[in-house]
Parts: sequence; structure tokens; C-alpha cells
Amino acid sequence: MPVFIINRLFQAFGVILVMSVLVFVGLYLIGDPTSMLVSPEATEIERQALRKALGLDQSIWVQYLTFLGNAAQGDFGRSFLTGQPALQLIIERMPATVELVIVAMTFSVLVGVPLGILAGLRPKAPSSKAIMTGSILGFSLPNFWIGLMLIMLFAVYLGVLPASARGETVSVGPVALSILTIDGWQHLALPALTLGLAKAALMIRVTRAATREVLPMDYIKFARAKGLRPSRILNVHLLKNILIPIITVAGLEFGQAIAFAVVTESVFSWPGMGKLLIDSIITLDRPVVVAYLIMMVFFLVILNLVVDILYMAIDPSAREKVRD
Amino acid sequence: MNFVKTRLAASAAFLLMGTLSLSAADLKIGVKSEPSSLDPQFHVLVPNMQVTFAMFDPLVMMDPKLVPKPALAENWKPTSDTVWEFALRKDAKFSDGSPLTADDVVFTFDRIPKVPNSPTAFTLFTRQIAKVEAADAHTVRITTKQPYPLLVTDIANLPILSKAAASGPAAEGKTTVEFNRGEGLVGTGPFKFVSWQKGADLVLERNPNYWGKPAAWDKVIYRPMTNPAARAAALLSGDIDMMEDPPTTDLEQFKTNPKLSVAEAPGTRIVYIALDQKGEPSPGIPGQGNKNPLMDKRVREALSLSIDRKAIAERVMGGVAVATGDLLPEPMFGAVKARQAAPAVDTAKAKALLAEAGYPNGFQITLGTPNGRYVNDARVAQTIAAMWTRAGVKAEVAAAAPPVFFKSRDNFEYSAYLAAWGNSTGEMSTTLRSLVGTREPSKGSGTSNGGRYSNPELDALLDKASATMDDKARKELLQKADEMVLSDYGIIPVHFEVPVWALRKGLTYAARADQYTLPQDVASAK
Repeated sequence: MPVFIINRLFQAFGVILVMSVLVFVGLYLIGDPTSMLVSPEATEIERQALRKALGLDQSIWVQYLTFLGNAAQGDFGRSFLTGQPALQLIIERMPATVELVIVAMTFSVLVGVPLGILAGLRPKAPSSKAIMTGSILGFSLPNFWIGLMLIMLFAVYLGVLPASARGETVSVGPVALSILTIDGWQHLALPALTLGLAKAALMIRVTRAATREVLPMDYIKFARAKGLRPSRILNVHLLKNILIPIITVAGLEFGQAIAFAVVTESVFSWPGMGKLLIDSIITLDRPVVVAYLIMMVFFLVILNLVVDILYMAIDPSAREKVRD
Repeated sequence: MNFVKTRLAASAAFLLMGTLSLSAADLKIGVKSEPSSLDPQFHVLVPNMQVTFAMFDPLVMMDPKLVPKPALAENWKPTSDTVWEFALRKDAKFSDGSPLTADDVVFTFDRIPKVPNSPTAFTLFTRQIAKVEAADAHTVRITTKQPYPLLVTDIANLPILSKAAASGPAAEGKTTVEFNRGEGLVGTGPFKFVSWQKGADLVLERNPNYWGKPAAWDKVIYRPMTNPAARAAALLSGDIDMMEDPPTTDLEQFKTNPKLSVAEAPGTRIVYIALDQKGEPSPGIPGQGNKNPLMDKRVREALSLSIDRKAIAERVMGGVAVATGDLLPEPMFGAVKARQAAPAVDTAKAKALLAEAGYPNGFQITLGTPNGRYVNDARVAQTIAAMWTRAGVKAEVAAAAPPVFFKSRDNFEYSAYLAAWGNSTGEMSTTLRSLVGTREPSKGSGTSNGGRYSNPELDALLDKASATMDDKARKELLQKADEMVLSDYGIIPVHFEVPVWALRKGLTYAARADQYTLPQDVASAK
């Protein structure tokens, strides 16, 4: 088991290294950050001074090696735009995104799994067909459109929920949380719903497919023949066995949403880190882009690790495989 | 009966609460982007400057039409060709109650070159200043390196800090990081700092010690909302009271919506076409051997004549542009009245001119444009390309993301490109020097002259103007220079972008040509 974890971490470092080279070279090829930052009236001397101050007068490889050296000591450089440490900028914005995604994912699991089981148990019933049609809508409608429609309905016409921003927050240690206030929940409702709807649609489909696969299995038939209560069959025999695909998909989607909730964030002016990434790419703010992607790669690797460990907890055969 | 009474009482209480919460006047503004820093001397950038000028005053403040007006300096006068004296207001106080003195002004100018890592440093406005000193407690004396008539417009960009509050152990006093935390943000402006959460709300409140008319708002909240549709939805739902840059497609609907009002400023950002006039050949014009057709004035005139500027302003820009033939709008300093109206489109004459220049079948050209830097930039370029094609010049558009566009422009990869120039001084010389002055980056001349137009006569005129202290004589020189470039078709103006704001009904905004959103200029129409 520890060997397995260490292997995974080594892989993570490999991925990070390759990715950082790609991002460095990519942004270098796009253009010169100083041309985005400096006033068009600036003289060449002022431009040179800025290039020097940002370290952009060095060759790309010197810049990269300097970055690696500093990164090894935990310093990911300062944002070209704000002059603040890149890591700090990202961490400041992280709680807002994580909070949004956790609420959205919880919503999607709580709604998606029961509906999916329902649709899987009685695939021919009209209610199941309605659920499946709804799920098609759920993930084929574009995210930003759903967001704007929700704003139009709940904020503009009904006027019951706010259309933007994060609402009142409560500080827990260094982290500001909005899930602890009523105002915060009101602000959270629409963006979380927007993000959660598509995910819920996916959960429905995954759960339904898994349910349909498990239902004809011998152990379910045997449990029925044994005369177990349907609720027991459902909660123990069925649910346990459909959990693996659900956890896989939920885990992947969670990581996806954390790293790229940007559409929802910009529609609702949610002060998360997705917006930071897009803004930084546009201004060629390389330190922020690199630090962000490194954090995300790291995060996704850890997330996959957690999912794998969960597998082993649930599925004895997976434990066997690792032991081999 | 009792029940009705309680209901009445309850609804009365509700009404009262309603009015109470209204009378606690808050102004929520949906802004396009948040400041990169709260340090008033960190970054010359609209989102930063507009927040700064809500909390800080400069010596001289530009009014909404970019005419300099007294702010912290009651009056000013040059005492010689290179020395200016500014008399400070004696009643001006900082938000902490301490009085403003000449020492604060000297400290402010001292700090500017010391701020590290600044992406666009404020030294842009102090280049010509040799020395700033306190003549007495309320008089500041500024010496320039040479006769410099633009000193007043330059210092209108410099907010005055409090020496006591902004001093610190670092070389620059309070550091940028400290300012971002709200430390040292003590100004003389109508508002003072309350809180800032990066990526979310920036909150200011009324400064009780303000020397001018007290601000109309108890609290001002700047909320960064990058997505225009999201800003519009928030304004419609009453989440915010005011938004920057409503989407051009929604503007008609906004103007007729009884719950909203729209404020437009005179535009100073000129959208123009630059043409490669460096020499021969030109990279974006294939099949002409070693020749560059753009070197011929008749060809440049033909390209200008074939553009229907009015149609672009009305249809592509949705009315938030003013078609023009000049680089600066009237009555700003150096604009030429006869050039203001857009030249009439004349495709037949354009074709004749092309034939006369030896291109009866036209030629091919690539028109470069950024995509997403200016309002509808790529669409404007596509329209112009279509108009050129109609006149016989087969034009193709190369649209690129802004950083890629600027890189290509700086490498002179375009034969023609569309770009825009924002004039923040209300004065012609910076525009001409940057856009059509002979390219000499070390002198700050021709810094945005990607077409490499070069006219020694024009450079001489500009040099002469920049050393002429007499306003009337300087104005004439600048008008002459402007006329010289335009009649040579050295650059082709298309339109001025009009800055637009949308507000909830009952609010008015003295819309500013420099695009700043200043809460002190937002009023309740009651």
C-alpha cells in the first residue's frame, strides 16, 4: 500500500515537470507579457526596465531553471500583474471555489443517485422516461445558459435570490466560508444549482446503468428468493455494488469542477480561482498560470489516489489486485 | 378588526423599514475588472485609477470632458519657463483629520520612482520633472527639465498621499502589499477605505473630513463582474445600481427600459487603421513583387474613402461609437473642427484612385486585428475588409488574441492593422507622437507606430509644440500637425468608442471621457 502511494506521488511529479515546461514554452511563444502590462506611451527604456524587473530579459531556459530552483523551495514567483506571490493569490481564492463545488456535488449526488436508481429499477415506467429525458437536457444545455436563465427567473423576475457575488462570509481561521450564513446560502444557491444540474444529470445516467447491470445478478435473485425485504435488497445488496462507478465518476467530476468551474464563476461573479486562471492567461501572467496548473495537477493526482483507496475499502477484489 | 389593524401596523413597519434601508444610501457598482492593487502608485490602469480617485485627490483634477480643474491646488502658475507654483487649499484634510501640507505633496512625488515591480509605473507622468519642493507649508514648487506645457495634465494623474500615513520602514514607505491590506490608504478624497476582498467586493464609505461637498453615498461597493451578461442581469435584478460597459447588443433595450437609464461620455479612444509605410515590400501584400502599394498616397486615400464609417458606427457598434475623420474629438486640445465629421464614402472615386496609382485590378492585403481588446474589434475589421474588397482591394482579416496581436504588430508582421488609442490627457500631442511620430522608442516617440509612418516635418512640428508654453500658439501647431498627417493619409481614423454606463432609474452619472467610474459623480435625481 505505501509503495502504491509513493509510486503515485512520483508520477505526479513527473506530470508536473512536463506540464510546467509546456506552459512555460507555450506562454513564451504567445507573446511578451510586458506588451500587455506596460502603457503604450512607455519608452523603450521603461519597457526594458520592466522586463528586467520581471526577469524576462533572460533566455527562456534561464527563466525556467530559475523558476524550478525557486519552486523547489516553495516559491512559485510573484504575479506580473499584482506583484503578489502567485501561490497566495490562488490560495486566497480557493475556499470560494471549493465551497461552491462541494455544495454542487453534494446536490448532484443527493438528487442524481436516487433518481438514477428509480429509473434503473423500473426502466419502462413513464416516470423513469421523464427522468431520463430530463437528464439529457441537464447535460446538453450549456452551463452559462442555464446560469443566465436561473438568474433571469429567480433574480430578475421573481426577485427572490441574488444574481451575483458571494454574500456574507464567516472566517474560520484563515478561511472565509459563506455556508455558515443565511445570506451566504442565498448567494450560493444559484451558482451551485447551475454547476450541480449537469453533474446530477451525469450521476443519474451512471447510477441507472449500474443498477441495470446489477439487478439481473445471481446474488440479487438469491436475496429475493431468500425473501429479504425489498428495502434491504436495495440498500445493502444493490447500493453497495453500484457504488464503485458512482464514486469514480463523482471523484473525477469533483476534480474537474474544482479546476474548471470558471464558466459558472464568471456568470455569477463568484470570486473563485477559475476566474483568476482565465484573467491570468489573458494577461500572460505566467507565474499565476504555472502555479495554478501545478496545484491542480497535484490536487487531481491526490483525488485519484483517494478514489482508489475508497475502491479498496468497498471492493475486496481491488484489494487483492494491489496485493498481487 | 384587530387583525386588520395588526396587518396595517405590520405593513407600515415594513414600509418604514423599506424607506429606512433606502435612505441608508449605498451605491453598488458592477465593474469590468478589479484593481490590480490598492497602492495608488502601483499601476497606471483604469480599474486602479478610478478606485484611487474616489479616495485620493490629485493637485489638479480632469473634469468629465478632460479639462483640468482645481482640486487640491487652488491655483497654479508658471513662474518661469521651467518652474511652476501650485497653491494648496488650506481647508483640505486627510480622512484621518490631519491637514494637507506641501510636505505630503513632496513625499508623494518622492515615492513614485521607488515603488518596485510596477507593471506600468507612474514615472510615466514624472519623466519631465526635475525637482519638487515645498516653498512654504501651502505652496509646492515644481521644476521641469525643460519647458513643459503638459505638466498640469500629467500631474492630474497623481493622487496625493499622506506622508504620515504612507511612511514606513521600506524604501518606498508603505509597501504595495501593505496598501493592499488597507494600510496607509489615507487620502483627501470624498470616500475612505473600509475593506477589500480580492475577487469580490471593495467597500468604501463617506469621508467625513472631505473638504468639498459631502458625498451622496454612505457606502460604495465595487464588485468585479467580468462577464457583461452577468453585469446586465445583476443590474436588472437590482443586485447592483450601476454597471460599466453594457453589452452593445442590449443597449437599445436598456434605453427603452423604464427601470434603467444610460449615460454616455464623449469618446476619446480612437479606433484607427495603421498602414505599413516603412518601405518595400510589405509582408501582408503578396503578388506585388518588391512593391508596397501603400507607399502611394492615392492608395491610402482610396482605402480611407472606401470605408463607410457611419454604417460601422451604427450597425456594428450599435451606436456606441462616433464616426470621425480626426484623431481627437472637438473641443479637445488640438482637434481640427473640419475633420470631425466622418468623410463620405465614395467607392467609385476609390476605384479611380487605385487605377490612377497603377492598380486597376486592386491587390491583396491582410488586415490584422486583435479579437477582444476593443469593443467589437474583430467585427469592425471584418466589415472594413468587406468594404475594401468592394472597392477592389481584396482584404482578408487576421484576427488574433490580444497578446498574439501585439507581438505580431511589434514584429511588423502586418501590412495593415486595426487598433485603438485611448487619450487620457484631452490633448493632441501624445496621440500624434505615439501613433505617427517617427519610431524612436528610446525617446518615447512612435511607440505605437506599427505602420512606421515617418515625416520629419511632422516630428519638427511636434518638437516645437512640446516646447511652446503659450496655449494658443501650441494649439495651432498641433492642429497643423494633425492636419498634415490626416491629409497625407498617414493613419486612417475610423471612429471614437463611446464609454457607456447603465444605471437604475433615478441615478445620473456625469459620464467621463477617460472611462473612470467615479462614485462621487453619481447622483440621485431627486
